[in-house]
Amino acid sequence: MIRYERSKGLTDVHTHYCPGCTHGILHKLVAEVLDELGILGKTIGIASVGCSVFSYDYINTDYQQTPHGRACAVATGIKRVLPDRVVFTYQGDGDFGSIGIAEAIHAANRGEHITAIVANNATYGMTGGQMAPTTLIGQVSTTSQQGRNREMHGSPLHISEIFGQIEGAAYVERVSLHDIPNIRKAKKAIKKAFTYQLEKKGFTMIEVISTCPVNWGMKPRQALDWARDNMIPIYPLGVYKDVDAHD
Amino acid sequence: MSKVLMKGNEAIALAAVAAGCDAFFGYPITPQNEIPEYLSKYLTEKGRVFVQAESEVAAINMVYGAAGAGARVMTSSSSVGIALKQEGISYLAGSELPCVIVSVMRAGPGLGGIQPSQADYFQATRGGGNGDYHTIVFAPESIQETVDLMKEAFDVADTYRNPVMILADGLIGQMMETVDMDKPIKKREIKPKTYATTGTDYHEGRNIINSLGLDPVYLEKHNQALHAKYQEVIKHEVKVEVTNIENADYVIVAYGTVARIVRSAMETLEEKGIKIGLIRPISLWPYPKKAFDLIPKTCKGILVAEMSMGQMIEDVFIANKGRFRVAFHGRAGGMVPDPEEIVDAILNFDSKVVES
Repeated sequence: MIRYERSKGLTDVHTHYCPGCTHGILHKLVAEVLDELGILGKTIGIASVGCSVFSYDYINTDYQQTPHGRACAVATGIKRVLPDRVVFTYQGDGDFGSIGIAEAIHAANRGEHITAIVANNATYGMTGGQMAPTTLIGQVSTTSQQGRNREMHGSPLHISEIFGQIEGAAYVERVSLHDIPNIRKAKKAIKKAFTYQLEKKGFTMIEVISTCPVNWGMKPRQALDWARDNMIPIYPLGVYKDVDAHD
Repeated sequence: MSKVLMKGNEAIALAAVAAGCDAFFGYPITPQNEIPEYLSKYLTEKGRVFVQAESEVAAINMVYGAAGAGARVMTSSSSVGIALKQEGISYLAGSELPCVIVSVMRAGPGLGGIQPSQADYFQATRGGGNGDYHTIVFAPESIQETVDLMKEAFDVADTYRNPVMILADGLIGQMMETVDMDKPIKKREIKPKTYATTGTDYHEGRNIINSLGLDPVYLEKHNQALHAKYQEVIKHEVKVEVTNIENADYVIVAYGTVARIVRSAMETLEEKGIKIGLIRPISLWPYPKKAFDLIPKTCKGILVAEMSMGQMIEDVFIANKGRFRVAFHGRAGGMVPDPEEIVDAILNFDSKVVES
């Protein structure tokens, strides 16, 4: 009896991700959802600049790699000419929340039927741990060596809270990958986002609290606990927009 | 079909529709606003895609996405806006995606002004984006030629999987001329877009649009392949008009709007008994260098006329190979030269020489 199988949504290669990085889990969740919804063959993924740039090597769909921050614009271009396909972006918090926030906000505001998967690890991972818009107050990074402080660097950017306010957004949820129950919730959220896209409800975005053990200078387990204890209080989990929610 | 009187920017929009443009993505900027304005009507009426993006940066990336998905796609902008699009143009060239970019030049640098200019010759032909790449650039001088080149641009882009730019100025965009919208263009065999990311259900294997190459061995090969492709473009896509060059006393080199002005000056000079040849580059990249080999040995010199402080003149220096004296007459900042200025420049050639 087969108890566990590699998802058809993943290619059969080893990833380049560092030990303990949660990108592997997140790739798997996206891949499983696309497979379970039976949409692998009609999906186009968008890889952004950052650690996840190589997601085109790992997620088993057609793919476009894009300039830094422009994923939601590229996704718009694809979706508009292929409206019956499924289009998703896989971005980091720097790509989505800093350099690409204009593209992201306006794609959401136009209600583009695309899904953005946004890994928030509070740092720029690929370039070596610089300060991100999501870096916590007091958090040390290579460009905030005394720790981020509000006066010099501003405050952590609350991505889901911003996108929850946008009319064209159909579903916005913040989830976390720090333990098994939350990983299950994350998968459910991702599935809901893609389902909403298939139902043409509008822009969907899942912000995923992720870890970066190497740049945080922690062991993998320690990083998961740090995300739970330090990130979630600042970035509360939950649904920030659901056009189908009824009070 | 009979000819109709039409404004340049409207003709550009209609030519795009006629060429089978599936999608337009752009952001407002003077002096090209009529192009998206007309297309917002014409394309949507035909059930095609029109999106006013949040910025030029977003617009060119929408172009990238749609081109990668296999659509015939275009954008239009002007100087400052084209500057913002350069990142995307480099990615399009690197990922080998076809698209048409209409650039209606205004005066710079910086915010500059909105009057006609040719100060973006370098921007168009040298690229402002990173890396070893070329944009194919065509510069029309009339509305008819604009329409013909627009239609051909989509085919050239598809043939070479490369961005093609139509480089015009505010005069071309704003003036009205008679035009035959149905004039046939060169037939080309366009290969199916097997590279397009349409979903793996719709083609063999996985399609990935990408310009990343961290392995220098791979990336050098990619650059060499692009270079080989550009050599094919140079071999097949040079466009130039050469007029009255056989016994020319002087040859004038000008493109676009300025070439029109030069034609008037040529008539006046002929009446004065001075024979003037004209080299009018239509493709600015690839540059029609070989046309300069037609200049007779008896020619007294080459006058380059531009609406800039001297940009195309650098290509003239290269093509001239030091054979003839080169003089320059340029206007800038949105000033358009009169035919009389061109006549005076020839009559006072010696004082206008910049390279002898």
